[in-house]
Amino acid sequence: MPLTLLIFVPLLGAAAVLLQSEERSVWISAFIFSLIPLGWSLYLLAVFDPHASGYQFVEHFPWIPQFGISYHLGIDGISLFLILLTTILISLSLLYSGGGDIESRPREFCFLMLLLESALLGTFLALDLFLFYVFWEAMLVPMYFLIGIWGHGRKIYATFKFVLFTMLGSLLMLIAIIYVARAARGSLGYVTFDLPELYKIRLSATEARWLFAGFAIAFAIKVPLWPLHTWLPDAHTEAPTAGSVLLAGVMLKAGAYGFIRFAIPLFPAVAVEAIPVFMALGVIGIIYGALVAMVQPDLKRLIAYSSVSHLGFVTLGIFAFDTQGLEGAIYQMLNHGVSTGALFLLVGMLYLRRHTREIIEFGGLWSSVPIYASVFMVMMLSSIGLPGLNGFVGEFLILLGTYFSRKVAVYGAVTGLILGALYMMWAYERVMWGPLTKAANVTIADLDKREIAVMLPLVGLVLFMGLYPRPLLNRMQPSIDALLVRVKDAQAEVQREQVVASSGFLPESAGATVTADVRGSK
Amino acid sequence: MTPLNLTTIDFSWLAILPLIALSVGAIVVMLAGTRVDDEDSAALGFIVLVALLAAFLLTMFELGQNTAAFRGSLAVDDYAVFFEVIIIIATALTVAMSLEYAADAGLAGAEYYALVAFAALGMLLMAAAGDLIIIFLGLETMSIAVYALAGFIRRDAKSNEAAIKYFLLGAFSTGFLLYGIALLYGATGSVRLTAIHASIAARTAVNPLLLLGLGMLLIGFGFKVAAVPFHMWTPDAYEGAPTPITAFMAVAVKLAAFAGFLRIFFTSLDPLATEWSPVLWALAVLSMTAGNVIALVQSNIKRMLAYSAIAHAGYALVGMAAANGREAGGAVLYYLLAYAFTSLGAFGVVVALDRGAESHAQIDDYRGLARDHPGLAAAMAVCLLSLTGVPPLAGFVAKFYVFAAALNAGFTGLVIIAVLNSVVSAYYYVGVIVAMYMREGGVAVESMSRRPGLLISIAVGVAGVIALGIYPQPYMGAAVNAFASALGRPALHAVSMLP
Repeated sequence: MPLTLLIFVPLLGAAAVLLQSEERSVWISAFIFSLIPLGWSLYLLAVFDPHASGYQFVEHFPWIPQFGISYHLGIDGISLFLILLTTILISLSLLYSGGGDIESRPREFCFLMLLLESALLGTFLALDLFLFYVFWEAMLVPMYFLIGIWGHGRKIYATFKFVLFTMLGSLLMLIAIIYVARAARGSLGYVTFDLPELYKIRLSATEARWLFAGFAIAFAIKVPLWPLHTWLPDAHTEAPTAGSVLLAGVMLKAGAYGFIRFAIPLFPAVAVEAIPVFMALGVIGIIYGALVAMVQPDLKRLIAYSSVSHLGFVTLGIFAFDTQGLEGAIYQMLNHGVSTGALFLLVGMLYLRRHTREIIEFGGLWSSVPIYASVFMVMMLSSIGLPGLNGFVGEFLILLGTYFSRKVAVYGAVTGLILGALYMMWAYERVMWGPLTKAANVTIADLDKREIAVMLPLVGLVLFMGLYPRPLLNRMQPSIDALLVRVKDAQAEVQREQVVASSGFLPESAGATVTADVRGSK
Repeated sequence: MTPLNLTTIDFSWLAILPLIALSVGAIVVMLAGTRVDDEDSAALGFIVLVALLAAFLLTMFELGQNTAAFRGSLAVDDYAVFFEVIIIIATALTVAMSLEYAADAGLAGAEYYALVAFAALGMLLMAAAGDLIIIFLGLETMSIAVYALAGFIRRDAKSNEAAIKYFLLGAFSTGFLLYGIALLYGATGSVRLTAIHASIAARTAVNPLLLLGLGMLLIGFGFKVAAVPFHMWTPDAYEGAPTPITAFMAVAVKLAAFAGFLRIFFTSLDPLATEWSPVLWALAVLSMTAGNVIALVQSNIKRMLAYSAIAHAGYALVGMAAANGREAGGAVLYYLLAYAFTSLGAFGVVVALDRGAESHAQIDDYRGLARDHPGLAAAMAVCLLSLTGVPPLAGFVAKFYVFAAALNAGFTGLVIIAVLNSVVSAYYYVGVIVAMYMREGGVAVESMSRRPGLLISIAVGVAGVIALGIYPQPYMGAAVNAFASALGRPALHAVSMLP
């Protein structure tokens, strides 16, 4: 039960945390319970077979057999690193939050963080659509409480917006999920929610288009793609630091992951049709996010908008549908998790010291807090894609992958890159350089030991992933190639059917028999 | 005197023993009430609890019998048992919630508990009814008792208003129902559900009398399950009634009404499904939409839950409109089961804040509840999230099941409307959670350790919500079997629930 362990240890930890009465023991036990899944996911990384394309460590048990619902978990090269990202960021967020960021109700905070970890890991592990949906919706609840209780400013407005946006998307996806499972009866002879089984079903083109839309809207809201992104700046800005880290670092990835794992392989033909739409939305997101980020007076909001821009790159990479593009997209998901997570942590540290995030309140911090400023610089450079750091690898692969198929999109994306460098460096300049104009900034303390311990692993990851991406890319490649084969097959089939249809032989619709049966026996 | 010939009237102790147990309990409470001080009225509650336990155990003997008794007047099938068990549990929790509340609010007295027991008796009759007369008998036994219970806070104007409104509109709806029964009898020549089915199925042309009767029945049951546009009484009655009785009305009364509604429409009027399914479609859309939208602007939690109950009747009607007499009707049964536990848990928390004398039923009163009473707030949050339909809780699985059944029957548009409604509902359910966890202020709540009855009711509700959500399979199986038994088909085993 290697994967069940990943999901249930945090749950166990959540229960254990509730039993603690002292604040110190709450933080320590929560941190320890988050280290267990972290260690375990590192172990899984070590024993993961890098040459296999299929799912590994699979667990498969019936859950609600009458519905064809099962408890089906598995890891492949795509989800492996997202799981690692989750376990790492949760541990670091807990370590950071224990240092004074969360003052009230620490027990409830740790409880919710561990619940969130369980739901996030479940989302990346689930290979059954129903199970996936359960985790997908379940991760909303702890995040909602995290923002609403420990958030800042207009937190209640932000939580409502966040919940309503995401729920709208996911409930429409629920309809699509049920419909797909039911459609399996037409092709397989039984109803099933099992993902690998559902890869085999055949749908009519119209059905597939609607269903793809159902999934895609839910995922696009989560990613978020322009114009469905409006919940993001509010939620990210008002959330407590740990919440922003996990929102940006992991939850947004769940949306992109949903495209790669569910929407695209289930409806590859539609995904291919939709390439121009998503390329366009991706490019708009890149440029729009960068432009809006540029004018933000609030440092945290600036980083929030930079997420819209970065996730636009991810979308571009996914819909390039070639090995480089997809590798780049997944790599960029990890990069964004590390560097944006780190930037949110850094802003949180600054906020703790000055109780403001307005860029205008700072200036010249380089001379008063040099360690802080250098860590910030590494993360800022990683975020804008300096060669040698992780961001470059991802962005380069995405541009390379996209260049072969969609040159126009690349022009847009490169513009976004330049803008990205611009707003990040400009913000950095205004905060760190120049004279120390505010008295409050002279006396602030540099990073303490705990904060250095939080940032050090992230700096290490930025360097490692920038200098030596091969071990990661190698493990992703077999799974990505398997996905691409599926897409290419579907593409070929669509072309073949078009030829057949134009020559007068209409293929029989697979879905028609089911509905006829339902109506007929009334 | 010649002895009663038991064979010709098809006498069955099995069918009536639970009813007898409950009647005896109610009568004992009334008699004992003359000897017991009002302060000790909790003892009377325990008598009802014992009677309910006896009824429960006796009901379990009916499981798997799937026969009829008294020439078909009473059904002894899994369908009846399914509803009877939920009704008994809901009644028991209502009594448990009342043990401390009734004393606090000055509702003490034998009549209170006796009326609850008599109402439950009527509900059991409705669940087991095999003909229209028994349904009517059960409905009236239940309703009259609940009219009185709604107005039980005699000095409170709102409670009086609740009772009067509920009584007048209830009586009105009963008139419709009775008229419908008469017309059906006129058109088919029988009040027996099976005979009506046979008569309708045998004819080719539709009798206008029959359609008129069908419409009357729809209106009558529409009132009882509080479907829009027959819902006018609900918010006032729910708000004014003593809070445990509100829970009773929202759960037990609604379930009993659905028990009769479903049985009539699926076992005897199902040949007319093409006629009533579109009407239910419209009722479902209206109930969900009006219920959820009006709930958005409520500041009183009892009124909010009243509109939410209307909306949930709408979700159940989605399943009903779509089920078309198929095994997927199990979805509606499962929905009602999940709704029952969720509502009981939520109303339990409302009772905890409502001291009877001073009513703290404003949503603002819930501010800061999480700080002082984390357990109560967590219970309420779990129930509200379940009502919203968040996994892995009962409400999610129930909605999933109903939506799946409706999609399966080709009602995609209806499901999309239902889903959009769920999003709307998230707003007001979440609003209460915001008040509890993210705002300060509110009212002082008495410690729960002094109120074990209430504590147990809330715990049972929450446990049900979680169990039904995480491991729904056995209960889904029970719901499907129950529905199949009402249709007179063999129980299904390990058959796909999505036909």
